[in-house]
Amino acid sequence: MNKATDIPARNTKVMNRFDLTSRLVAKLKNEEAVIGGIGNTNFDLWAAGHRPQNFYMLGSMGLAFPIALGVALAQPERRVFALEGDGSLLMQLGCLSTVATQAPKNLTMIVMDNGVYQITGAQPTPAAAVADIIAIAIGCGLSNSAWAADEEDFERLVDQSLSATEPTLIGVRIDDKPGVGATRRDPVQIRERFMLGLGVREAL
Amino acid sequence: MAAAEESTSPQTLQEKALQEKTLQERTWHGVVLQTLKRHDIRLVPYVPDRVLTTLIKNIHADPFFTTFPTAREEEAVGIISGAWMGGMRGAVLMQTSGFATLANVLASLAIPYQIPLIMFVSERGTLGEFNYGQSLVCRTMRPVLDSLAMEHHTATRLDEFEFIVDRSIRQAITTQAPVALILSPLLTGGKVFEK
Repeated sequence: MNKATDIPARNTKVMNRFDLTSRLVAKLKNEEAVIGGIGNTNFDLWAAGHRPQNFYMLGSMGLAFPIALGVALAQPERRVFALEGDGSLLMQLGCLSTVATQAPKNLTMIVMDNGVYQITGAQPTPAAAVADIIAIAIGCGLSNSAWAADEEDFERLVDQSLSATEPTLIGVRIDDKPGVGATRRDPVQIRERFMLGLGVREAL
Repeated sequence: MAAAEESTSPQTLQEKALQEKTLQERTWHGVVLQTLKRHDIRLVPYVPDRVLTTLIKNIHADPFFTTFPTAREEEAVGIISGAWMGGMRGAVLMQTSGFATLANVLASLAIPYQIPLIMFVSERGTLGEFNYGQSLVCRTMRPVLDSLAMEHHTATRLDEFEFIVDRSIRQAITTQAPVALILSPLLTGGKVFEK
């Protein structure tokens, strides 16, 4: 079913997106920005508890990391997390080398890799059986990239990224469960709340 | 008081400043650079184009700007959108064929989220185009902009260019809506077949 899990080279546990997202959100104490990618990554971010510093991307598949890069460049003192699916990242692999070149140390990218387009019917991605996202990221110049072996390792990598001197990319293998919540699809409010949360705007 | 005014005649100072400004802004790319600065637009990701070469070079040379190439135009749109929400203004430089890759991100990100995305599009495909594919893709640009009811202007003359750029940037920011500024070969000289 999940071809990505069959690759023996990856000695990593198959985890769950909502569980990992909840673990991440529970760690956030300093108004860190979190960018959720299209579909399940932002659904689970929403379900983990809405924060004014969360941005939920409702379209533009593949742009979670570029949006996060923009936030990270605009606010270098703020930690920025981005949650992206493996299928989404495949649409915009070029962004990895852009991030590596700009090298914002306040950016932590998390790739939720289940090897399938879960939301469209769990069809395997073209990369599922052959490609290794972390090897790709390292090849793009993101040397601080690693698979999380299990939940504790994921939390350790997240903590490590907070004091990293370069951008961090964390790969997590996940199951093929759908997202838990459903983001309210109101782009203007999402954007305005996010800007309030980042201290860019004052409420009307 | 009167004597003091005479010694530093504001009229003369104004004229001098105007002259300097005219010298700086006598090229289309000088107008773009100075107008971006005036509006505090610091972030300029781009996918390069031959016509944009001098502008890109000058923006790189100016420490005011953070500028870099992206692999795709929509990536640059994502970066600008994130930066805007984080309080930093930006603009994207691209070519006609690059604009043709943007329909999805305009319709799903820039417009519905009300991002003042400022785009400079170097126009290929017309007035001496030598590549048939470029002329075809050029014909898709304005219909896409019109179908999304997006503000766009085609700049053809240097004497009105600053007005167009300045007012369009103001409007994009105050109305929180994207704008495309199409740089016609009539303005830039375009790219011509020379072999």
